[in-house]
Amino acid sequence: MNWLLGNWDQVLVALGEHVAISLTALAIASALSLAIGIWAARNERVFNAALAIGGILYTIPTLAFLALLIPVVGLGKTNAVICMVAFSLLIMIRNVATGIRAVPHDVVEAAEGMGMNRFEVLTRIELPLALPVIVAGLRIATVTVISVTVVAAYINAGGLGTLIFAGISNDFAPKIWTGALTACALAVAADLCLARLEGWLRRRAS
Amino acid sequence: MFADAWSYLAGHPRQFGAALWTHVALSASALAIAVAIAVPLGTWVAETRRAALVAINAANIGRTLPSLAILALMMPVLGTGFAPALFALTLLALPPILINTCTAIRQVDADVVDAARGMGMTAMNLVRKVKLPIALPVIFAGIRTAAIQVISGAVLAAYIGGGGLGDFITAGIAMMAVPQILVGAIPATLLALGTDFLFGRLQRALTPVGLRTG
Repeated sequence: MNWLLGNWDQVLVALGEHVAISLTALAIASALSLAIGIWAARNERVFNAALAIGGILYTIPTLAFLALLIPVVGLGKTNAVICMVAFSLLIMIRNVATGIRAVPHDVVEAAEGMGMNRFEVLTRIELPLALPVIVAGLRIATVTVISVTVVAAYINAGGLGTLIFAGISNDFAPKIWTGALTACALAVAADLCLARLEGWLRRRAS
Repeated sequence: MFADAWSYLAGHPRQFGAALWTHVALSASALAIAVAIAVPLGTWVAETRRAALVAINAANIGRTLPSLAILALMMPVLGTGFAPALFALTLLALPPILINTCTAIRQVDADVVDAARGMGMTAMNLVRKVKLPIALPVIFAGIRTAAIQVISGAVLAAYIGGGGLGDFITAGIAMMAVPQILVGAIPATLLALGTDFLFGRLQRALTPVGLRTG
């Protein structure tokens, strides 16, 4: 703990990098998944194809995926972000699509009867009602992304993993403790916040 | 690039064989131990609502923890090598199996349980002959999830001296030797995809025909 008190600036920098890279990946993944998910909600074949591809991507071991990208994009943040977006696609596309499909058909019909066009139906009815399920997917994606970022430190992406790896190579336990426990705390905190948000959205939608 | 990777592999067959064997041994052992712990535990806590809630909440928190963080935390405590890696991987495999077992057993239709009790089944028989078989597909889905987690985690075990295919990846990155990286990364990927496919088939086979969805 003495080490932490003397080096909290280092930890904060690592934490900041970690959050920044995670948010970047989640933003890209959300945008992609929203677009593909809306399409997949309407089109059964796209749904199955997206889930199949997403499933394969998700099954690839984290470090193996990062390693496979090295000949393509080299080391660094880009590599890590591509990997994280790929991992998040399955759960987010699936949740966007199933969330939208779960909106009762009568509600959509009523909205169309009121004169709303397709875009208005999507933005004012379907997406708001699908939001709890979408956030549930975002929650899982967030935890996944935080976990990948820890590993990605090994390919120079920065983040809390740098503390862990430095601690391992120098056999310096305080760095390992700090890096690992901070990463765990970040993951649990993010999961808790999104769980609260999901619960609030569910109550609001019902 | 692939040709270089292949010739590297051909030049180091024993090293590759050892790494592959360690990887499979780590993954299979961790999964087996996790099943041996989590299925009975999940069945037991499924009996009471409070116990089930505590167990599921704990397991959910366990699920959110980054894999590498768990593996790294083993080092100051247990040191490096096969055993610490095995311990960490078992921890990683427990949550999905525990959650699925507990939820599945609790979701067994109350009428079915009633009928079984009416037939005079003891609690032990009830679990073995009624609850577990009905819950089996969902339990197995949890085992499948855990298997993929463990294979992915076993790649990371290289960092704490656990061996496995991750050794090639880390060594390759250290020397910026792409063929070596690929010799680790491609087999690890194939192992994970193959295991998932196999477990998927097994899952279908274990699901009663009436409950299959596709």
